[in-house]
Amino acid sequence: MTKNVTLTIDSIKVSVPAGATIMEAADSVNVRVPRLCYHSRLSSFGACRICVVEVAGMKNYPPACSTQVKDGMVVMTSSPAILKARRQILELMLNNHNRDCTVCRKNNECELQSLAAQFGLKDIVFEGERKQYPVDRSSAAIVRDSEKCILCNKCVRVCSEIQGVHALTMAHRGFKANVVPAYEMPMADSVCINCGQCVNVCPTGALSEKDAIEDVWRAIQDPGKIVLAQVAPAVRIAIGEGFGSEPGTDLTSETVTALKMLGFDVVFDTQFSADLTIVEEGNEFVHRLKNKGVLPMITSCSPGWIKFCESFYPAMLPHISTCKSPQQMMGAMIKTYYAKKTGIDPASMYSVSIMPCTAKKYEAHRPEMNASGYRDVDAVLTTRELVRMIKEKGLTLHNLPKTAFDSPMGESSGAAPIFGATGGVMEAALRTAYEVITGTELTAIDFKQVRGLSHIKEAVIPIAGTDVRVCVINTLSNVHKVFRDVLSGKKTYHFIEVMTCPGGCLGGGGQPYPQGGREPLDQAVYAKRAAGLYRIDDGKPVRKSHNNPDIIKAYEDFLGKPLGKVPHMLLHTHYHQKLPHGVVPKRAGAANIFK
Amino acid sequence: MKTVQIDKKKQDREIVSRVERCARKAACDTDRQGALLALLHEVQNEFGYIPRAAMDVVSEKLSLPTAHIYGMATFYNYFSLKPKAKYKVYVCKGTACYVSGGARIIERLKTELGVAEGDLTSDGLFSMHITRCLGCCGLSPVMQVNDEVYVRMVPERVPGILAKYRTLG
Repeated sequence: MTKNVTLTIDSIKVSVPAGATIMEAADSVNVRVPRLCYHSRLSSFGACRICVVEVAGMKNYPPACSTQVKDGMVVMTSSPAILKARRQILELMLNNHNRDCTVCRKNNECELQSLAAQFGLKDIVFEGERKQYPVDRSSAAIVRDSEKCILCNKCVRVCSEIQGVHALTMAHRGFKANVVPAYEMPMADSVCINCGQCVNVCPTGALSEKDAIEDVWRAIQDPGKIVLAQVAPAVRIAIGEGFGSEPGTDLTSETVTALKMLGFDVVFDTQFSADLTIVEEGNEFVHRLKNKGVLPMITSCSPGWIKFCESFYPAMLPHISTCKSPQQMMGAMIKTYYAKKTGIDPASMYSVSIMPCTAKKYEAHRPEMNASGYRDVDAVLTTRELVRMIKEKGLTLHNLPKTAFDSPMGESSGAAPIFGATGGVMEAALRTAYEVITGTELTAIDFKQVRGLSHIKEAVIPIAGTDVRVCVINTLSNVHKVFRDVLSGKKTYHFIEVMTCPGGCLGGGGQPYPQGGREPLDQAVYAKRAAGLYRIDDGKPVRKSHNNPDIIKAYEDFLGKPLGKVPHMLLHTHYHQKLPHGVVPKRAGAANIFK
Repeated sequence: MKTVQIDKKKQDREIVSRVERCARKAACDTDRQGALLALLHEVQNEFGYIPRAAMDVVSEKLSLPTAHIYGMATFYNYFSLKPKAKYKVYVCKGTACYVSGGARIIERLKTELGVAEGDLTSDGLFSMHITRCLGCCGLSPVMQVNDEVYVRMVPERVPGILAKYRTLG
């Protein structure tokens, strides 16, 4: 058992385990020490110095985030001397910062800006040389603007420690220090998987999503274009946060209204195509199981994960389900099924998806995603971007009336909303696979073993005499852990679900920035968003994908049979090894590139 | 095109074997994480700089991400990512040399070599650097090529000095 240490913080007696930092001790009694480079789930870095505190008997001001507590320590977090020191630190930071706040993506949501306000900075005291870098817009998903970077290193740490990707590093030193991909190559050529977790933790506007708002406005204003939208499951329970609602508040119908008011002609539900994915993927799984196909089968809905697998585990690609993600299935269906049904020329269609995800932007750009003969999806907006568009239009989301999704791709089962949470795709697939295999009705449909925010979940589901072993992973660094056991043969599974982000899509890189003093990667926020999705599932009259009436109709009128000829053409794809610069060749499982 | 590719492969193989030699010297097999700095030192000494292809091999050898290696290679002044020239030309820009016309020497070198400060000529023979006081202000302005010092420099002497090294090759 670890010993406890007692200290005083701003005259409050605090008792914390030995080895804790002053920051952790202060947080435990709700004394908020300002922070920029500190995050409770990342390793301590001590770069920004904004968390300096005064400790009785110590000559210098130590940073709270990386100073361990000692018995009897007396800490003052906001003495006049400390406030002055913090002001000076901020002044120094602001001197070397691109202060185009009014036109910055992060305006009003910037941690540096709010600290400058909190400390009442009035002047730029130090005017010196300022770093100058071009903005890197090469990536389809992420924009990197080094002039706004304060070198807090959180992006580097979230990318390596949480996601296990290691795309970014702090290169050079002193005034020339800069956060870059390996060899300072453009983001697009790097090993970056576009997950956007770096955007989520960036305290300033140095990292942001590649904005598609202008393209979408232009399409809406074009009289020759029919503009269609699809809304992903995890968007509806998080978008309200941009308007002050609690995480998990279901604003599905209000979002549809908002999209119509913005000028979208048709609004479909990505949950329809989530059901479609499950019917295809469930049948694919059964097919692999019955015909000794490649197992474990691994889900393919998460585009960050797909690029990760193409780069780091190309040998595992045959394990990936050939099903496209719901976004791409909907894209292909809009320009074929819907076009055929309505007689609208697909060339005049502009298909926009609203996603909790930055990697979806990359996925929509992939060259192979043109099954319909056109780009299946023309533009991707993150939840954050849609919030901005709704605000630009002067609307307040939660006050809007309710509107239903358009037919024929607006209905969804309860299996679809849970796609947005870790374990959801697995649960949805099991609900369908069980009935396909056994031919009998599944009554206990809640697979609670695969729910929850844990990073690695395992379960054994008996189906028709077979113990189906499943594994659910979220947050990519955990893939390395599970694959180590899978590749060495220590563990065998039939089915693995992988979602790139913490908590699944609900914690995606395109979700609203944390509101009300919460920090990024907050488990409590994830839990509320997840609860919102499971509430939607519970409230649905139909809870299995294959029983969704719109799905049944789509197969009858257009698709034929699951895994049949039309689905094969439109809804399935294959992925190939990618060896972006910066990937360790051997670990990539590729033939050694130097031989 | 084809011949170029073959040459590239041969070059890559050479880099691999040279880095592997370095790795043996740096005793990488015992502690791979800790070995990075030692191995980069060996690579710097072996090649005279740290080629990008060598960083790829180091990454494979130690199973470390290239981003991490690049971060370390750019952090330390000892490491250089650019090839070093055979003849490093330094011109003093300390106060005494500066007032007695050091800048004019730099200008002449720039036109003669066709490179900017810190850069390498395309034949790899010369690089041009500006340096702080070399400690012989009484003889300013001063220019130095590798270990040889040229004092009381005037721009007109620059072509002749460079020609001497060109003949040495």
